[in-house]
Order: sequence, then C-alpha cells, then structure tokens
Amino acid sequence: MRLKKLKLSSFISKEWLNHFGKTLKYSLYVIFHPFDGFWDLTHEKRGSVGAANFLVFLFLLLNILKLQFTSFLVSNINLNRINMWVEIASVIAPILLWCVSNWGFTTLMDGKGRLKEVYMGTAYALTPMIIIGYPNMILSNFLTIEEITFYTFFDTLGMIWFVALVLAAMMMIHDYSLSKTVFSSILTLVGMAVIVFILVVFFSLISDGIAYFVSLYQEIQFRFY
Amino acid sequence: MRKIKKLGSLLAATAIAVSGIFSFPSDTVFADDASTTYSYTYDIWGDVQNSPDAYRPTKHISGDMFEFEDADGKATAKNFVEPQGQFIRGNHIFVCDTGNNRIVEIAYDGKEFKGVREIKEFHDADAEEPLTLNKPYDIYVTKDMEMIISDYGNSRVLHVDKDCNVIKIMTTPDVTPFNDPEDARVFQPQKLIMDTAGRIYVQAEKINKGLLEFDTSGNFTQYVGASPVKFNMVDYIWRFFMTEKQIEAQPQFVPTEYNNVAIDSEGFMYVTMSTFEEAEYRTANPVRRLNSTGSDILVRNGNDPPCGDLKYDNAGGYNGPSKFYDVVTFDNNSYCCIDQTRGRIFAYDFQGNLLYAFGGIGNRLGYFRKPIAIDRMGDSLFVLDAQYSNITVFELTEFGELINKALREYQNADYDKSAEYWNDVLRLNGNYDLAYIGVGRALLRQDKFDEAMEYFKTKRDRRNYSKAFEQYRKDQIEDHIGDFVKALLVILVGVWLIKKVRKIQKEVRECD
Repeated sequence: MRLKKLKLSSFISKEWLNHFGKTLKYSLYVIFHPFDGFWDLTHEKRGSVGAANFLVFLFLLLNILKLQFTSFLVSNINLNRINMWVEIASVIAPILLWCVSNWGFTTLMDGKGRLKEVYMGTAYALTPMIIIGYPNMILSNFLTIEEITFYTFFDTLGMIWFVALVLAAMMMIHDYSLSKTVFSSILTLVGMAVIVFILVVFFSLISDGIAYFVSLYQEIQFRFY
Repeated sequence: MRKIKKLGSLLAATAIAVSGIFSFPSDTVFADDASTTYSYTYDIWGDVQNSPDAYRPTKHISGDMFEFEDADGKATAKNFVEPQGQFIRGNHIFVCDTGNNRIVEIAYDGKEFKGVREIKEFHDADAEEPLTLNKPYDIYVTKDMEMIISDYGNSRVLHVDKDCNVIKIMTTPDVTPFNDPEDARVFQPQKLIMDTAGRIYVQAEKINKGLLEFDTSGNFTQYVGASPVKFNMVDYIWRFFMTEKQIEAQPQFVPTEYNNVAIDSEGFMYVTMSTFEEAEYRTANPVRRLNSTGSDILVRNGNDPPCGDLKYDNAGGYNGPSKFYDVVTFDNNSYCCIDQTRGRIFAYDFQGNLLYAFGGIGNRLGYFRKPIAIDRMGDSLFVLDAQYSNITVFELTEFGELINKALREYQNADYDKSAEYWNDVLRLNGNYDLAYIGVGRALLRQDKFDEAMEYFKTKRDRRNYSKAFEQYRKDQIEDHIGDFVKALLVILVGVWLIKKVRKIQKEVRECD
C-alpha cells in the first residue's frame, strides 16, 4: 500500500521533466547550428544544467563502456589494470578543469559568460562525441584489423566536431571574436596545466607536512617508551 | 565430559587456525612473485608468468673431476681457473681453462664424463720449440676435429689439426687500429668461429668495427657485421654549440662492440653485445643474426624484442638490463641467450617469441655467478661459469620437449599435429601464450573460426584474430543473408499492407 505513494512525480515535478526533455533535445539543434544554438542556449535559456549534467553522465558512461565493449583490435586494454575511479576522474577532471580555468581567464578578458554557462556550453558540445561514440563502439566489434580505419575516422570526426563546437560555444557565451576565442582557449589549456601543477605541489606539501609530524611523533614515542 | 570434549575440539580448531595463519607465507606461492619459481615467461602484458621448468639442472662438471698425467707421469687433477670458453662437437666438450693456459677435452658417454686429454702444446714444423698457450679464450672444433684456438695473451689465433700440429697461425692483422702507430692497439682475440667455407671470424677485444674475417689461408680479409652507429639527434645539435674541448670530452658516436659470436646450422652467425645505453635495452638488439654481408636478419616478430628481461628492478646489487654474453642455436632456429646481469638463460623461438627464461644468481645447482658460455649437446645445455669455474648441465624436461615438438611440427607445416602438442603444453602450463596461439592457428585452419577467435582473443593476437574474424563474419553473413532478405520482405510487405488498410479505412470513413 505504501509503495504506491512512491511515484516518480513525488520526486520530480512534471514541469521540470518537461523542461529537462526540451533542453536535452535542444542539444541536437545546437550541434547543427552552433552559432545560433549556443547563443540561445544561454541568452534565451534554452539549455539547462540538468541536461548538461545528463550529457556529461552519458559521456562518462560511454568512456567506461568503451573499456569493456570496444573490440580489442582497436583498444588493447588490460582490464586487470583498470581502476574505475581513475577512469572516471580522467573524464570528469578535464571537463571541470576546463570550465574553471576558462571561467577564470575569460573573467579577466571581458568574457560575458558565467561558470554555469561555460559548463553548459562545454557539456552540450560533447553531444556529437556521444552520438557517434555509442554506435562506433558497437561497430568496432564488426571490423577486421584492416577496417579499423572506419572506427578511427568516426572517432576523429567526433573529436573535430567537439573541438569546433567548444570554440563556437566559447565565442557565443563570452561574446568573443574567433581569434580571441582561440587565444583564450589556448590560455585556458595553459591554465589547466597550472592548476594541476599547483594541486600536485599542494598535495605533496601536505603529505610532507603530515610526514614531518608523524616522524616527530614517532621520535618522541621512541624516546619515552 | 561433553563440555571437555567441546573445549578440546575448540582448542584444536584454534590451534589449526593459528598454525594456518603462521605457516601461510612459507607454503604459499604467489603468482605475481617472480622469485618463487625457477622458470618463467612473459605474457602479452609484459608481466612475469611462472612456468614449469623447461630445463632442469642435473649436475656440475668441475676441473678436478679429471686427472691428467703431467710430464713426469704423475696424475693430477686441477680445477679450472677462470675458464672463458667452451665448445661442444659431438659428445666431446672442449673447455678453455684460461687461467691454467690449457684446453681440456672431456668426453661424455651418456652416463659419465671422462677426461680425454689436456691440450697445452702444439707442434710447428717451422719452430724449434713447441708453441704454448697464454690465456686461451675460445675454441672452435671442426667436424674433422681440427681446432681453432684464440690465444688471447699471445695475440694470435691458432689453427691446429687433431694431433696438435699447427696448420696455420693468424697474427695481428695489418689493418687499423692495429697498424696505427698512435693507437698501437694489441690484437686480443676472444671468441671465434669457422664458417662452412673455412673462413674464420674472430671477435677481438676493444674492436668495434665488427668481426675480423680471415680467409682459408689465414690472411685477414675484412671486418664483417659492424653494427650501425647509434646516432642521437639531440647530441648532434648540441655539438654545434660546444667548444673543441667539450666535444673531446663527450663520448664519441661509436658502433657497439660485440662480445661473442656463434654459428647456427644454416651457417649464419649469431652475435651478442652488451654495450648499450640502459634506457635503450629494448631497442638495442643485443642478439643479432648476421648474413654474409653483415646485416642483421634476426626475426623479431614477438610481442617484445629478444632483449632478456622486459622488466627488472635494481635490487640486491643486480642493476640494469639483461646483458647477453653468449648464444647457442638449435636446429629449429630457436636460440638461447645467457644473461650475465641476473644469471638467466632466455630461450627464443625462430620468430623471436620468448619460450622460457630460467636461472639466477646464487650458489645452488642451476644458479650462476658469472655465466660466460653456453653450448649444447643434443638437447642438453652446458653453461660455463667463469667464477665458479664449472659447467652446469641442464636436461630438457617433458615440458621443454613438448614445446620443441610443437615448434618442429609447426615448421614442418603440420599445424594440426603442432596443435596437439600445444594442447599438451597447455595441460602443463595454462599461462603459456604461444600454446594458445598455436592451438588457435590449427583451429583456424580447420575452419573452426569462432573457437579460433576465442583462443586468439585470450592471448590478444590481433592479426590472427582478425583473420579468423573475417572468415567468421563472412560465414555468418552467408548463412543468414536469406533471413535478412526475408525479414526485409516481411517489413516491406507489412508497411505496404498497413498503408493499404489505412487508405481503405480512410475511404470507408469518407464514404460515411
């Protein structure tokens, strides 16, 4: 009897679901009309963070499924060596780093976009990689070693499309010219490297600090016991 | 009473559990611990996989086992002192007892080893006194039992007949760097072989121009098989910005020098070398097969090149990559290399796949200190150790024999028979990659494509898998093309029918 109360609608409102569906569907429009699309995505509120999250999730899922289901002729992976958390991080971390670094730089460079919008733009730009990626993964299992070129072709196509879309997104979101977009994107990549470097330094400092106190404690312990 | 019994059984159970915990490390073999077994292979991922022994050490031969009469007629037995070379012809073993300036001939009758003679002096018709040896490094014996000896300390190579009468003597050749007055390098022949045409190839110390070739009359003809100069682009660019003095201080671009030479049943020379940058151990090609023009024709089709250990750690005083110091070849073009860094023997097949590796540094039977030479008598291996001054004899096991048989059948193009042997190998070692691929090949030839695919996929043989898959795909499409056409027809007819029905319905409605 009590189970009946647990309906989907009690968690998610119908309006939200409607909006989510509409904004997700909008990603299909965006990839074919990048300039209009990305402009409206933020300025006309035709995209949503929920849909962006879902796209990132699909992309993450694709990358994980690829490990297992891509033909070993394409990617020869030793599954015993795979660490799922590392795989997840290697997809999520670059996206987040990109967004933070891009937002950081564009704020200094008269960019109009906010962090949320940069994230949405990046996530929506992943759409072609997702759409091409899943069928391509299945296709790889029907190819011989000579035909792997087809797989690589589609894979590269998705990648190039993605890069083009990201550039278009940044252009529209920040209201930049093309040259400024390219310049800010290069700076963003440098910024990502700097962030990673600082994180590594930070963690190694912290661990050195902890090690210092641990050895101090041990030293005292040896003296008194 | 019952309570006591219960208590007793509880105690016993605890005792068993505790003893189980404490005995755990001693009687458990961990699959990822390379040091727990004697033999191993590398799998497709370059990880060590323990393997049954392909060769088992059976005994040591040392110099004091053999008594020889000296000039006074007194029989004495001397240990070898730093022996550097050996050669096996038929069932006779010739050991270069370098430190004692003699060569010991040992015969093996299948049961025991007997000292035949001690070779110390040679008779030359031109010389008044008999010639003696000074640090003989290596010996080659022809089918007629003529001996070619590298007399390291006397800077010469002796060619003598079986009764020790000198046929010819090869002395310092008139060629750079020996005739260069500034260099004045001494000719120090170390390892040598004679090819089927009677030419002698000598590997001399500190010579990086290749092997010295002497013709049948003992004249030096040319250097053969110099390894190409390793050329580093970055270093080359740096050189533009250096002063003369800095360039002089830099290591020169020099070809590597060989440390040993052997000849296989087809008359090709195998050379080994151990002077290469540590980082380049996978690409340095430490073992090479030279053709008559001196180019390297060794087949390297394995997952990894024949370079000894693929992974190593610098522990226990044993640092750096494997350093090959000798090679022995088999009739089926397999070959074994001996590594002085970790005292291991690596066996490769004719395609360059690692068959098995075994040995180590230590002082038990089957372990070495400084293995310097490896030769074979039939299928048995004889490894000479320069520091232990003895020879370790290895006998082929059932496992090793099965591998040899499988390889032989494969080379005879009898793939099904080969697969049978590979199946037997798999029964003894389920981690043996080559066996899976061997079985897969046979299945492929029997048109059992899906099974073959399974075998190839297990060991990630991409090329063969692709071949099997292509056939499998073709079969599947041919088998099911009819079904596809039928399904398509059904769908088309269905769509047509629905449209027709809808049209009729519409007309009926309009009529109303």
